[in-house]
Amino acid sequence: MKKFLLFFLLGTASLLSAQNDDLLSQLPDAPTTDYVTSTFKSNRLINGHSIENTAPGVLEFKISHRFTPLRQGVYDMFGLDNANVRIGFDYGLTSRLMIGVGRGGREKIFDGFAKFKILRQSSGQRNMPIGLSYLIDGQIKSLKFSDAERDNKFSSRVFYTHQLLLARKFNDNLSLQLMPTLVHRNLVPSSGDKNDVFAIGVGGRIKITKRQAINAEYYYVPTGQINGSYANSLSVGWEIETGGHVFSLHFTNSEDMTYKGFITETQEDWFFKNDEDRLLSGIRFGFNVSRVFTVRKPKKI
Amino acid sequence: MQKLCTFAALLLLATGPLTAQRFFTRDAHVYFNATSSLEKIEATTKSGTCVLDTKTGKMEWKVLVKGFQMEKALMQEHFNENYMESSKFPSAQFKGAITNLSEVNFTQDGKYSAQVKGLLTMHGVTKDVNLSGTVKVNKGSISLFSSFIVLPGDYDISIPSLVREKIAKEIKVSVEALLQPMK
Repeated sequence: MKKFLLFFLLGTASLLSAQNDDLLSQLPDAPTTDYVTSTFKSNRLINGHSIENTAPGVLEFKISHRFTPLRQGVYDMFGLDNANVRIGFDYGLTSRLMIGVGRGGREKIFDGFAKFKILRQSSGQRNMPIGLSYLIDGQIKSLKFSDAERDNKFSSRVFYTHQLLLARKFNDNLSLQLMPTLVHRNLVPSSGDKNDVFAIGVGGRIKITKRQAINAEYYYVPTGQINGSYANSLSVGWEIETGGHVFSLHFTNSEDMTYKGFITETQEDWFFKNDEDRLLSGIRFGFNVSRVFTVRKPKKI
Repeated sequence: MQKLCTFAALLLLATGPLTAQRFFTRDAHVYFNATSSLEKIEATTKSGTCVLDTKTGKMEWKVLVKGFQMEKALMQEHFNENYMESSKFPSAQFKGAITNLSEVNFTQDGKYSAQVKGLLTMHGVTKDVNLSGTVKVNKGSISLFSSFIVLPGDYDISIPSLVREKIAKEIKVSVEALLQPMK
């Protein structure tokens, strides 16, 4: 028995002193969740939103231009002589909620939105293959009513948009996004127009260097909802990031930068034939520039 | 016989804490400062992991790059995306040992200066480093402190010419860990 005990003690002692060279591996696992960040560089893809939010306490100043179509030629400097301009401010309230306001020149439109992160793409303890956000956006057209004699109501100026943003960052270079969208128009141009227009958007980013990316965005509007001529919005952009700015230079066929504008009022396709059967192009040049200001600093680091 | 057994068991239990030779923490502080005359650049994390073997003097540190917090959200994003590439290289690690172990008495309260030699890995690059720091022993717990300089170029972290003036050439790093015995 004594011998056995001695043996036992020696055994445990040698077990205790068994040296593992890798010290960190001896710690019990602490499960962690790794949240995916920077699915896109900016909180907009091109015209519409991306799943990114402005960080809490950060104010983002945005200037966007959409010029007239390139086909005007050199006389109009390929459209650069005339532009629809939107100036806006975005602000991050919390890590999940951001708000923003803006004013666009076309139809003298004011817009305001709130975007909330419902799910964040993550891996580890909490595994979530996609990110999901909800966006509500209101637009008010302040252009004078065309018929001042009519009984014009304020509500006729108002448009709403509800949008779900589903995105996945597949790797550092590729992110894709799906955007089911509903645009509600209180007043429609004709009885053949639906008040609620459903559209489905797809978009994505391919990073070409650490600080540059190619973005694309397409919104498909199923037929039978809009009376008269309209085109689906397609935009392709080149995004360049410098210190505190993000520049997005792009080609698009949409003149408007608000949801009701680029989804329901885009008139010309990238390439189309006019009444005289001539091939024309509705491509315009445009850009978005954003500058961030850290307004509210987080707790002292 | 039974008494002897009980005695042996008690002895094992009692000597456990006394002979603890591994100490660890999961909330080591790591701070760095890359402030230049143009831009204040500071970051800190409080979730570093550190394990120390007092018998051999070996130690290992690991810190998640994404865990670093900065005042400006965009700066933090750039730090992860453009400089440290934290999705490719999620953590920074140090693996080394105290070289003047005979001068550090882990069983007696006090303050000792320590020389540490080892390998620092970050951004996928491993370098030999010699560091000096302080070991503080206080009532069964051990604190480690050190501060040192890191050059971004040593770890293949390229800084574009456009922002070169905004980021300090030498980045000051300081680490602090309060270790508890590992059970």
